[in-house]
Amino acid sequence: MPVDVAAEVIANRPLSADYNVLALSAPAIAASSQPGQFVMVKVGASLDPLLRRPFSVFEVLRSSDGTPNAITLLSKRIGPSTSLMYDARPGDIAACLGPLGRPFSIVDAPTEAWMVAGGVGLAPFATLAEALRARNVKTTLFYGARRADELFYLDFFRGLGVELVLTTEDGGAGERGRIVTPLERQLAGRTAGAPIMLYACGPEGMLAATAKTAAKYSRPCQVSVERIMGCGMGGCYSCVVPMRGDDGKFHHVRSCMAGPVLAADQILWD
Amino acid sequence: MDLSVQIGSLTLKNPLIAASGCFGYGVEYADLVDLSSLGGVAVKGLFLAEREGHPAPRIVETPAGMLNAIGLQGIGVRRFVDEKLPELRARGATVIVNVCGTTVEEYAEVSRILSDAEGVDAIELNISCPNIKEGGIQFGCSLAGTHNVVSAVRKVTRLPLIPKLTPNVTDVASFAQASEDAGADAVSLVNTFLAMVLDVETRRPKISNGMGGLSGPAIRPIAVRMVYECRQTVKIPIIGMGGIVDARDALEFMIAGATAVQVGTANFVDPLIWGKILDGIRAYMERHQIAKIADIVGTVNDHAHS
Repeated sequence: MPVDVAAEVIANRPLSADYNVLALSAPAIAASSQPGQFVMVKVGASLDPLLRRPFSVFEVLRSSDGTPNAITLLSKRIGPSTSLMYDARPGDIAACLGPLGRPFSIVDAPTEAWMVAGGVGLAPFATLAEALRARNVKTTLFYGARRADELFYLDFFRGLGVELVLTTEDGGAGERGRIVTPLERQLAGRTAGAPIMLYACGPEGMLAATAKTAAKYSRPCQVSVERIMGCGMGGCYSCVVPMRGDDGKFHHVRSCMAGPVLAADQILWD
Repeated sequence: MDLSVQIGSLTLKNPLIAASGCFGYGVEYADLVDLSSLGGVAVKGLFLAEREGHPAPRIVETPAGMLNAIGLQGIGVRRFVDEKLPELRARGATVIVNVCGTTVEEYAEVSRILSDAEGVDAIELNISCPNIKEGGIQFGCSLAGTHNVVSAVRKVTRLPLIPKLTPNVTDVASFAQASEDAGADAVSLVNTFLAMVLDVETRRPKISNGMGGLSGPAIRPIAVRMVYECRQTVKIPIIGMGGIVDARDALEFMIAGATAVQVGTANFVDPLIWGKILDGIRAYMERHQIAKIADIVGTVNDHAHS
């Protein structure tokens, strides 16, 4: 059940000129959040910008005795709201509603987990990687960014035993190009019998390409979609995704309630 | 302290109503909000059949506001009665159902089904959605059309009947008058203002439908003016809305002439806004020694500033 808290900013760490990690004191949300869920956040009380923005829970922070007491959000500055996120200072207050939405379905060994992230789409995979680690699931992160200095938290994932496959658009780190290229190559190299679950989050084009690749190799794929979202509660019907329903027909599905994690093969990508 | 207000035969325990299109079917919020604490819940507009609405993107933010063109996605009246209404009743909500139609006959049929169902407290007639051609705006922008659809629905229901008026007309008060003449128990206003936002880089509209309806604090002073004008014209109660975000805004609408108010966009920003607005209204009543909130309705002090 979601709660709405006036969360104090306890830290705000810039990762680059655009990316930051904002830490919010929110014990109730930290304690109940599951990998893939999100929060609706707004820094400050201004009417302009007016609406909150959805963010995946990036990390769950714990006090010295192990009690979850805070969450972090991975944010990329693209407009007024995310500029407020970037510029927030410790002591500032952020309205924070969550946890919201349907989380990832987490596999068990011997199924392998392949996480596919593009840019700020890395956000839901830190907590997912921890959950997979707890189940001893062999995990690989395919992670694409524009440049080498926009590949973040690599040591964090290595520390969880996650194998990394990296691409950058300029070739500054890992393979030059898009992340779906090495993903497809590795899928092609696997025998059909060994079970793999794909998890993807990132730009729409990357998600569509990942879904197509997953379908080509008959692998299940869960995607965390990002939509312009008004409320996060199912009230506004802004964040819909065209999907094939159980009845075989087309439906607009609210990604805040049915998602953000959705089955890639049910989304009508075109 | 008496917060109750009267809309036709319906007594609301307080003047605060969740606006249609901004609160889903109400049940979405039931874990977070005590639905019985609201004066009413106006659920999302319903046609006879299910509708999928417009493709995303459906909203874009504007200065102190937002534009939407959802396209009246909805589950249809029969599924609403079967799947949502029982929970709304169980939660103690006062249920106002927003009724849509593409023809006069459809409005009447949807209203008849709702009248036969247990637990519907009032009907809000959506003759003002700006975002779909067949969404009633052709009724809401013509005095004869307004009269026709309100008259037709009046014949099939004894529920309090509340046409929701569009602000996209020159003289909204004449539409309130047409509604009153046709037997409406109240009117609600305003629906959203038809508006447009372009991306100057691509020169494309920011939402898929091209144009959409503007809501939020940006429209509030215009909506207050329209409520005030209608109050001078009709005797039936007015339910006012447009950009209310706090108790001060709600009181402003009531003083201008609204018996009750609806809150829409602000619920997206703060889903717990209801208790805050009610607390603020109570504090105002205490400060001004007002025993009954209905006493402030339509009490604009028109004396010249000295």
